[in-house]
Amino acid sequence: MEDLKRRAFEIVSKAVVELAEDMGFPSLASPVETTPLFGGEDGIDSLSLVRLVADIERAAERDLGKTIVLADERAMSRRSSPFRTVGTLSELLYERAGESHA
Amino acid sequence: MPDVVLITGTRKGIGRYLVDHYLAKGCVVTGCSREPFEGPVPENYFHFIADVTDERAMVAMVRTVQQRFDGITVLVNNAGIAAMNHLVLTPMTTVQRIFATNVFGTFVALRECAKAMMPARYGRIVNFATVATPLNLEGEACYAASKAAVESLTRVAARELAPFNITVNAVGPTPVMTDLIRTVPKKKMDALIGTQAIRRMGEHRDIANVIDFFVSRESDFITGQTIYLGGIN
Repeated sequence: MEDLKRRAFEIVSKAVVELAEDMGFPSLASPVETTPLFGGEDGIDSLSLVRLVADIERAAERDLGKTIVLADERAMSRRSSPFRTVGTLSELLYERAGESHA
Repeated sequence: MPDVVLITGTRKGIGRYLVDHYLAKGCVVTGCSREPFEGPVPENYFHFIADVTDERAMVAMVRTVQQRFDGITVLVNNAGIAAMNHLVLTPMTTVQRIFATNVFGTFVALRECAKAMMPARYGRIVNFATVATPLNLEGEACYAASKAAVESLTRVAARELAPFNITVNAVGPTPVMTDLIRTVPKKKMDALIGTQAIRRMGEHRDIANVIDFFVSRESDFITGQTIYLGGIN
């Protein structure tokens, strides 16, 4: 489980770094769990979030062998958005990867 | 690199025709239907048994195609069903079935293929509308409404996906002799064709022609449009 958690964080972090490089978000260059992503003053725009979600789903398929849809009903109906920070998004990926069948 | 084309509803009819059409153009063609493919599977065609109303199956199919061919270039959202009846005589289950296939099925294929197209920052998506919507055809309330939803989805998706250089358009066929209309009385069909500027039954090639236009590399400034056949507007 800890290994999956670590790998989920790595996938999210890598996707965030790629996004930061391509779109010019210096604040995301070295992501940690508390790095803000979407919804706050310093976060990414909605278009970048769309790309990030697609990139992470693709990486999960490739690296974990899991078919995952991150923006599902449960994620979108949470009281606090799972896209807030690198940590919350990693947690969402970890949860879905744990549920998903290859 | 040949275009990788995904077509929904390829077992027969227009979808089946489009498989051969795009294979003949040298594309890699993938498709799906609820039942197995009819007849021998052509070379360079890859068929999935998947129902467009099954989100999980559609996600798995699109990801498989994306991985195998390193992306998807073209999506043709062809799968659709119709039911012709006076709305007073239409059961709710029929309405749900029509919307599940025509609207939700189109949506999930569009959503997943858009994700698959994003890395290449290129994609062409063509949805299926119908002349029943602008003609407000009696007896087709649910079908016309579902396709009106597809047109609206097409316009909004065109805007949301434009930043990724993905175009989204729709073709609105007139009646073409398929299973969808085989049960429509001839008198009714003649009256419908009489409303067209060009008064003949549509053919598969007419639909393919519009799709060819939408998916061509040169059509990078064409998005959010619905083209009706036969001179309906």
